[in-house]
Amino acid sequence: MSTTALRDRPRPTIVLVGHGMVGQRFLEALAERGLTATHRVVVLCEEPRPAYDRVQLTSYFSGRTPDELSLTDAGFIAGHGIELHVGDPAVAVDRTARTVTARSGLTVGYDVLVLATGSYPFVPPVPGKDAEGCFVYRTIEDLLAIEAYAKAGARTGAVVGGGLLGLEAAGALKGLGLATHIVEFAPRLMPVQVDEGGGAALLRTIEEMGLTVHTGTGTQEITTGPGGAVTGMKLSDGSELAADMVVFSAGVRPRDQLARACGLTVGERGGIVVDAHCRTVADPRVFAIGECAQAVDGRVYGLVAPGYEQAETAAAAIADDEACALTFTGADLSTKLKLLGVDVASFGDAHGTAGDCLDVVYSDSRAGLYKKLVIGRDGTLRGGILVGDAEAYGTLRAFAGSVPPVAPESLVLPAGAGAPARLGPAALPDEAVICSCHNVTKGTVRGAVAEHGCTSVPEVKKCTKAGTGCGSCVKVLTQLVDAELAAGGIEVDQGLCGCFARTREELYEIVLALRIASYRELLDRYGREEARGGEGCEICKPAVASVIASLAPAIGADGYVLAGEQAALQDTNDHFLANLQKNGSYSVVPRIPGGEIAPEKLIVIGEIARDFGLYTKITGGQRIDMFGARVEQLPSIWARLVDAGFESGHAYGKSLRTVKSCVGQTWCRYGVQDSVRMAIDLELRYRGLRSPHKLKSAVSGCARECAEAQSKDFGVIATANGWNLYVGGNGGATPRHADLLAQDLSDAELVRLIDRFLMFYIRTADRLERTSVWLERLPGGLDHLRDVVVHDSLGICDELEALMAAHVSHYRDEWAQTVNDPEKLARFVSFVNAPDTPDPVVAFVPERDQMKPDLPLLSIGLPPRALAAAGAGTVGDGAAADVPEGSTPR
Amino acid sequence: MTLIPDTLTPDALTPEAPETAPAPEVPGPASGAADPKVQLLLPEGWFPLCDLSALLPGRGVAALLPDGRQAALFRDRSGRLYAIDNRDPFTGAAVLSRGLTGADRGRPYVASPLLKQRFDLTSGQCLDDETVRVAAYEVRAQ
Repeated sequence: MSTTALRDRPRPTIVLVGHGMVGQRFLEALAERGLTATHRVVVLCEEPRPAYDRVQLTSYFSGRTPDELSLTDAGFIAGHGIELHVGDPAVAVDRTARTVTARSGLTVGYDVLVLATGSYPFVPPVPGKDAEGCFVYRTIEDLLAIEAYAKAGARTGAVVGGGLLGLEAAGALKGLGLATHIVEFAPRLMPVQVDEGGGAALLRTIEEMGLTVHTGTGTQEITTGPGGAVTGMKLSDGSELAADMVVFSAGVRPRDQLARACGLTVGERGGIVVDAHCRTVADPRVFAIGECAQAVDGRVYGLVAPGYEQAETAAAAIADDEACALTFTGADLSTKLKLLGVDVASFGDAHGTAGDCLDVVYSDSRAGLYKKLVIGRDGTLRGGILVGDAEAYGTLRAFAGSVPPVAPESLVLPAGAGAPARLGPAALPDEAVICSCHNVTKGTVRGAVAEHGCTSVPEVKKCTKAGTGCGSCVKVLTQLVDAELAAGGIEVDQGLCGCFARTREELYEIVLALRIASYRELLDRYGREEARGGEGCEICKPAVASVIASLAPAIGADGYVLAGEQAALQDTNDHFLANLQKNGSYSVVPRIPGGEIAPEKLIVIGEIARDFGLYTKITGGQRIDMFGARVEQLPSIWARLVDAGFESGHAYGKSLRTVKSCVGQTWCRYGVQDSVRMAIDLELRYRGLRSPHKLKSAVSGCARECAEAQSKDFGVIATANGWNLYVGGNGGATPRHADLLAQDLSDAELVRLIDRFLMFYIRTADRLERTSVWLERLPGGLDHLRDVVVHDSLGICDELEALMAAHVSHYRDEWAQTVNDPEKLARFVSFVNAPDTPDPVVAFVPERDQMKPDLPLLSIGLPPRALAAAGAGTVGDGAAADVPEGSTPR
Repeated sequence: MTLIPDTLTPDALTPEAPETAPAPEVPGPASGAADPKVQLLLPEGWFPLCDLSALLPGRGVAALLPDGRQAALFRDRSGRLYAIDNRDPFTGAAVLSRGLTGADRGRPYVASPLLKQRFDLTSGQCLDDETVRVAAYEVRAQ
């Protein structure tokens, strides 16, 4: 064994054992306090990868990759000089020599040792528990093993444990296509969090999903076949269950072996005993945090929020910062989860254990709803349980411990059932915890607005960390921030621009409801007082033109963007149906659906480019861009394109651009669906659809994802059973992986869901808000979107589909319309008084067998400062179009 | 390949040469003509450019001037006319006529279609950079 005793000290050493969620949070807390600069920090991590989001483990099965689950990046670790050893667990601690030894033989001396070893899954000591096909559910490696075994032919799975983790595991097995059983020893599911009524509501909903639940019975034996693999289990009620695999999720136990072995005090039921500063009672140089620790109240906390609090507490103690001294004396066990798609939340004293209290219960078995509030004699809200709908969780939890200003039943009754009181956060006391993940109180949020000058939710999130954990409080946080801004006299003008005090979404509703097809009418009736009768501005004109164009068939308007008044509202790109480039010339992009093009058409594009002297380039969206057309050339270029069967590619519009595809099943040996056909179908269906911003899409023919669908506004990936639909992806400056909205859809289901998604986006997004940003902003996020467009929670899906159907049936190629309209064509001139004269500034010089703009010509006679300020830039398709267009102050 | 000759002086102007432009003191608008002409005041006098009907309210057009410069002409909702230099001083491209118009506290402006800086239509002053200004012209229709 090689011993590198590193005690040469310019800097004292902190050794952290365990790099889970709490360990990572501890490292962040060290960094925030500057301790990573003054100390050497060494981390020993058993798992083969750095910290990841164990709470979201199950999302691996809905497409989240291990990388996406990661909680840290190389930048953080390296940037703070942290020495992280993954796959090398600590095996021994010598408290006398103050060293920790890892499995590899590495020995590190410490001045401070922090144990964050977490917990291990409890496996009941039944015969057969170690047979082939038995698993636990704790790490990414566990998940990979479960997935591999399930895919190797398992058809039925049984989960031992009907608590929180058990339901997660059951959801995962079901997602893998297994017939799934849940075996729970207690008489109900989630016995810790919910009561009998809540358990009943949960049971019904889960059984409706096709899972089989066995409560009130234990596992007696795992049965195995001749080869030693699992065949099923015997239950304590005498029944038998056939199963090809078994997952144990019957709770966890603190991992305190290392501590025991080095003589640290351990609680009766496990857990390293620590004081209020998370320091072990046996050794002041050793701390324990998270699930391996027994807190000063004698409890071991298995939730991440208390673990985070302990991480902060320990870091504060190590920093010895008296001003910021923290203590951990116990934590709220409130939780809100989505298990198998069902909201389950409990908070405060959910079971009324303190006694002398009354329950307010609302239960609707049909809808799978159960809500219970525990109220003290004096009216204090003590706690509660919510199953099926946990919308009110954020508000209720914050009120726990106080007397709510409205009758409690009004908080749990459904809207429309008597008293749908929506209690605003204004009524909360300052001590009320808004974000329990980061323990941020209302007072702290108010301070962020009042003292730190935050004027938006993202700013408050950055300043306080509120809402950056599980995200369940973002709704309440938003209400609170808005209320604080309003109270502080900070005008939160949600208006579209200086002309309209209403949002784009509100204007959309007005245009649709009142069938207003004219910008002027909208401005004069619904504009700000001072803007009525006026000119409008460059912000609202194209935004309203887009809304009218999106809704044209439904409101009886002409969908042609150059019709009548509409022509005056369009940005120059839409006005000339081409993309303006930096020297005043335009580029031309005909539609090439799905990126599929026949040789004859390729030849036509080549001939046109040659004849008009255009620069050609292949775009990222699998089509061909022709640059350098002068405005007066556009009609003759398009006359030839239309003649050859091309139509507008809408590269200039805030509308569908392209649907990329890979060659799919037809040619590719890996393809499982015909991705080209689907891409063409989708591109032709949504072509010309005006939207708040451009829309990009792609279809991949298998999971290898060659079409990069997950970086698109809506992306489709083929599966053996159909199609998976991803939404809200983006490339560009702020890349975002798309979220999986639905799986294994048929062709018809896929199209219907995209119809709904796009129309809901068009209806509710802000101007120039891509789907990625919209989805991040949407209250309730992906879950809400899924509720609306999959489960039709707002009852608007029929309307959304009808609007899309109208768009599809009314679509006409706007370039074909334009080349046949002499009055419109007359506008395509450089000079009104010299229609045949080209703009002399639009000139070109040769480059690499083609040509490029004559840039020196552009800069002749310009004030140098203006040029410097402008820099290089183009407007149109591609990255430059992502330059914020609302840069003008309102 | 289309390469434009170096000269900035076009030879395709409308027949009404500047010297023969109507005198500026001709009275008021709409003096009975079916479609009034939009005219620009140049040092040589009023220079006719186009029919008023060629201007779409809220939208601009470009016109070529005798010395090779370009003007951007605009007509607002109430019929008022504006003219400023067509060249965007931030990029050098002759595109201001293709911008969208608006009004900032009553001051009419056009936003460049390239990088969106706004220019006062009456003075040519850039509203987003006080050191930048483009030429403004007097314009009328009769």
